[in-house]
Amino acid sequence: MAGGAASGGSAASDTYKEARHWLLMPSWLVLGFFVFAPVCVMVIYSFLTKEFRGGVIWEPTLAAYDQFFFDRGLFGDSDPTLQWTYIEIFWRSIWQAGLATIMSLLIGFPTAYFIATRPDGTRALWVFLITIPYWVNLLIRTVSMKFLLRDEGPMNDALLNIGLIGEPLQIINTNLAVQLGLFYSYLPFMVLPIYASIERYNFTMSEAAADLYATKFTTLRRIVLPAVKPGVIAGCILVFVPSLGAFLAPDLLGGAKNFMIGSLIEEQFKGNAGNWPFGAAASMILLSMVLVLLLIFAQQQRRAGAAT
Amino acid sequence: MKLLTSSAMALALLANTAAAEGELVIYHWFEYIPAELLEKFTAETGITVTMDTFDSNEAMLASLKAGGMGTYDVAVPTDYMVSIMAGEGLLDTIADGELANKGNIAPEWADPSFDPGRAHSIPYQWGSTSFAVNTDDYDGDINTTDLLFNPPAELSGKINMLDSQGEVLAMASIHMGIPQCSTDRDELQALNDMLQEAKTHWASFNSDTAREVLVSGDVSVGMIFDGFSAKAREDRASITYAFPTQGYVVWMDSVVLLNDAPNRDSAIAFMDFMLEPENIAAVSNYARYGLGVTGAEEYLDPELATLPESNPPETAGEGSFIAVCDEQTQAVYDQIWTNLKN
Repeated sequence: MAGGAASGGSAASDTYKEARHWLLMPSWLVLGFFVFAPVCVMVIYSFLTKEFRGGVIWEPTLAAYDQFFFDRGLFGDSDPTLQWTYIEIFWRSIWQAGLATIMSLLIGFPTAYFIATRPDGTRALWVFLITIPYWVNLLIRTVSMKFLLRDEGPMNDALLNIGLIGEPLQIINTNLAVQLGLFYSYLPFMVLPIYASIERYNFTMSEAAADLYATKFTTLRRIVLPAVKPGVIAGCILVFVPSLGAFLAPDLLGGAKNFMIGSLIEEQFKGNAGNWPFGAAASMILLSMVLVLLLIFAQQQRRAGAAT
Repeated sequence: MKLLTSSAMALALLANTAAAEGELVIYHWFEYIPAELLEKFTAETGITVTMDTFDSNEAMLASLKAGGMGTYDVAVPTDYMVSIMAGEGLLDTIADGELANKGNIAPEWADPSFDPGRAHSIPYQWGSTSFAVNTDDYDGDINTTDLLFNPPAELSGKINMLDSQGEVLAMASIHMGIPQCSTDRDELQALNDMLQEAKTHWASFNSDTAREVLVSGDVSVGMIFDGFSAKAREDRASITYAFPTQGYVVWMDSVVLLNDAPNRDSAIAFMDFMLEPENIAAVSNYARYGLGVTGAEEYLDPELATLPESNPPETAGEGSFIAVCDEQTQAVYDQIWTNLKN
């Protein structure tokens, strides 16, 4: 969904100038069919009347958005007040996804740095090793996490045996388990873009900084980080955005006790509520939030591009 | 997205089955029919079977309403969902005399409240929903719904609930002694408050892994279906199924004939096949649930007759089906569920 799909090559040769629009047709068709059309369906559904037990009635209404923002009590007839329920759910999701992103960054950056500073021939092997666990389906990886973390699981057994803890750590069915799950699910999305940035980084600049008496930390902060910033930002977005809508980790690791956006939306389609317009409206609000985030990022990139 | 994928799936299926004779498309729960039985059906009738699976009644309804009609011939909803689907006009009527084996239906299941006269369905399996307790962790009386909704301190934080609105709210109503689909505001408010309080004692909501969380020791008490509990006991002997004195939920899954079935004749043949005592007994032997056909005893695994999970003790309360509420009442129950899951 990230931008840049329609980047016209302005500097490209004029050889295909005439045919350019035709040559771009496949991309436009794919974008139209798989991105534009589904989003349109969602927009339209979010403004329709819900049908009891799933489905929609073709009468335009703002009821879905009203339900999102206004609370009318258990019986639906109190005076409307601001609806905190869904704001809380969104805030919780942002918080969880944010923490997972920070964890990924803290582990992912050193990992990427390590890989990028290996000798030429061995880097591909390290990248390959990073991706191995991700050949397995996400569901299976999440369930495996559950096995590892549970009270009577191998992690607690090992810690108990070493004597580090006196009784099992209660991690499963907590928010921490969700963050760990998200972190593990999306870690490569952090490592790979950062790796790509660091690999292009010219390490003689670090040497120059050291020659000018910069400490290692200063070099990292003032020379390396600014140079690899686009990779870091791309990695953060690639981890944050899917974490925001995730529902496997909250359901399986968090015990499904507290809705996240993804589970809230899923419930509208697959659950008892069967409220399709509300599900579509919640998706639209999520989509708008992500879009704003990406626009800010694009703006920054452009400004950074203009500065250099 | 959901719409798009379901309709794409429906299209793909249609392409496979369009107007072909001797085919049957079943929409079924996962892990609920032995593969050998389907092979036997194909061997006997020459009809090839395609099966799609779902993991909740509501997911099945959503998929059928999102373009799945006309794709499947039969589905296997639970009691309350049979009446909902009939009300939505999704079910075809089985004419008198169409089913050769209709007489095999056990008298107590021949005219159920959810499908009077069995106009659209035949019995598949039935059982109960209650909860199981790991008696290694708790040695008090287990036959009370207090263990779920007002647990003793030692069980607090060691309870798994099914992630299913119908079952949880029905069980909660039984616990409080109020009717399902109540319209009494005080009762509903009390139900909401009780659940909010009870939730502080719960570890998780999980349906798919209801058995596994008990076996692994993640929780000591877990809402569960009787057959699932019997399977859990095979893995961990201390897991005991409870029949609360306050009552519990009973259910029956039924094979229904869908409207616009592309292979209606195959569907009827399949229903007749599932009414043969030997065949439906094979399902019971596999799934560990009860059946609704007479004359199947000789084919049943003898162990099934004495399963503690399917033989309520004298003290057990009444079993009740999940009720179907009207739209206005359902909206309040939906709100209670959303409050609970937030």
